[in-house]
Amino acid sequence: MKLPTPPVPKRFQDTPARPGGPKPAKPLEQVQEGGIHVAGWVDERTSLSGGVRWMFFRKVPKGTNWFYTLGSATMFAFLSQAITGVFLAMYYTPSPTQAYESARHITNDVFLGEFVRGMHKWGSSVMVILIFLHMGRTFFFGAYKYPRELNWIIGVVLVILTFVMSLTGYLLPFDQRSYWATIVAANINGTGPLVGPFLSDFLRGGAEFGATTLSRFYAIHMMLVPGLIAALIGAHLYLVAKLGTTAPPWLRADKDEKLREERV
Amino acid sequence: MRPLPESRKQPVSKYTADRNIPGAFEGETVTRRRFMVSTTHVAGGVATAAILLPALGFAAGTPIFERAPVIWTPVGKPEDFPDDDYVPRVITLTQGIGEVGKSTVYMRRRNPSIDDVAGAPAPPPTDAPVIAISSRCMHLGCPVRWTSAAQRFICPCHGGVYGFKGEVSGGPPVRPLDHFYTRMRNGQVEVGPRYSVNSQFRRFPSFRDPGQPLDGIGQYLYPGRLSTPKNP
Repeated sequence: MKLPTPPVPKRFQDTPARPGGPKPAKPLEQVQEGGIHVAGWVDERTSLSGGVRWMFFRKVPKGTNWFYTLGSATMFAFLSQAITGVFLAMYYTPSPTQAYESARHITNDVFLGEFVRGMHKWGSSVMVILIFLHMGRTFFFGAYKYPRELNWIIGVVLVILTFVMSLTGYLLPFDQRSYWATIVAANINGTGPLVGPFLSDFLRGGAEFGATTLSRFYAIHMMLVPGLIAALIGAHLYLVAKLGTTAPPWLRADKDEKLREERV
Repeated sequence: MRPLPESRKQPVSKYTADRNIPGAFEGETVTRRRFMVSTTHVAGGVATAAILLPALGFAAGTPIFERAPVIWTPVGKPEDFPDDDYVPRVITLTQGIGEVGKSTVYMRRRNPSIDDVAGAPAPPPTDAPVIAISSRCMHLGCPVRWTSAAQRFICPCHGGVYGFKGEVSGGPPVRPLDHFYTRMRNGQVEVGPRYSVNSQFRRFPSFRDPGQPLDGIGQYLYPGRLSTPKNP
């Protein structure tokens, strides 16, 4: 059954396609065209595509294997910590009288709170384990040698910053374990000769565990160190892309047949 | 290889006037470009310092340089405490943060046969006739517990053990348990600021953190701080 065409004026009607001309684009092709158009618009104004190709389509040596994924695994563990951390901060109160109660509230009352807090808690151990495995891979594959020494140094700073995150994050639940662990950690810092007493004062925000100790640790944990880690990961990745990755040590370089002939 | 020539370039005069720079002054050695570049660097340095130095001072100034207030907590009459055993009392170390700012002290009456032996340093002149020993372990700061049957203070964390006067009798602690200044007010014993002692029970009024030995070179390696409360 065909409905009668409504009386649309001629100028609003679609013109019929010219016979023999190009076929009209199908919806899927239209979407593809749209995507290419947007990407082209951005690239024309930023020249980003060259950098993206430089970063993602680089050559990797023969023998690259699963051990080479430990670095990016660590980075994704950090990203997971960053995302869950931001959302935990929405419910957490860094005050000595309310911190424990707000952490309890996240776990017991907030929808999915136990899950997100658990991701952050266990994810921190995952990140420490992965960063150690990544460091071990780099060491045993000899990937810290020339010209990659600077990248090793940046990596060591990243390990230390990860430990700072672990230390400062440990206080935040503010239960007995966090409190006494932080007392012990501040006093270990205090055993450094000459500067130790002032260092532990700086950490605690005074001679005793005080009103501002928790907020100091919170500010270091969620503002200062994450920014540093993100910036250093950027530098680390830049150097990886710039210098390339190493082949595994059990792989010998291919001998060039021509060179062998000439040596005779 | 041929030796390099002494100097491949003619030595340049340090005076801008000799280098045909337009508008050069007599005796001028710094070009205007160089002057502008260094002025910009200095201005940038000053601007950065104007932000960074106050921020650092803000973060470190109060913790390191501001004295904590002296807090006196009444804990009972001298007769409430035995002279051959300790009883626990709770005092406030930091005000305004609830339970976190409190700490346990172990109290006993002064016992001349134990405390006034030859060679023992005199107690602070303002003290009440009691001994107030801190429960903070001198290894790394965990809370020690007085175990009456063993006549020992025992730390649950790393096995520090102290004798009746707070002297180290085993484990990792580096010095005897801290003491507190006490005083009598309206018939009540009040417990005030903490002080540290070395193994001869010499008094160090600016108390040190746990883990810092005070014998020999230790007293110089771990100097007193400006953040501890004023001596009574």
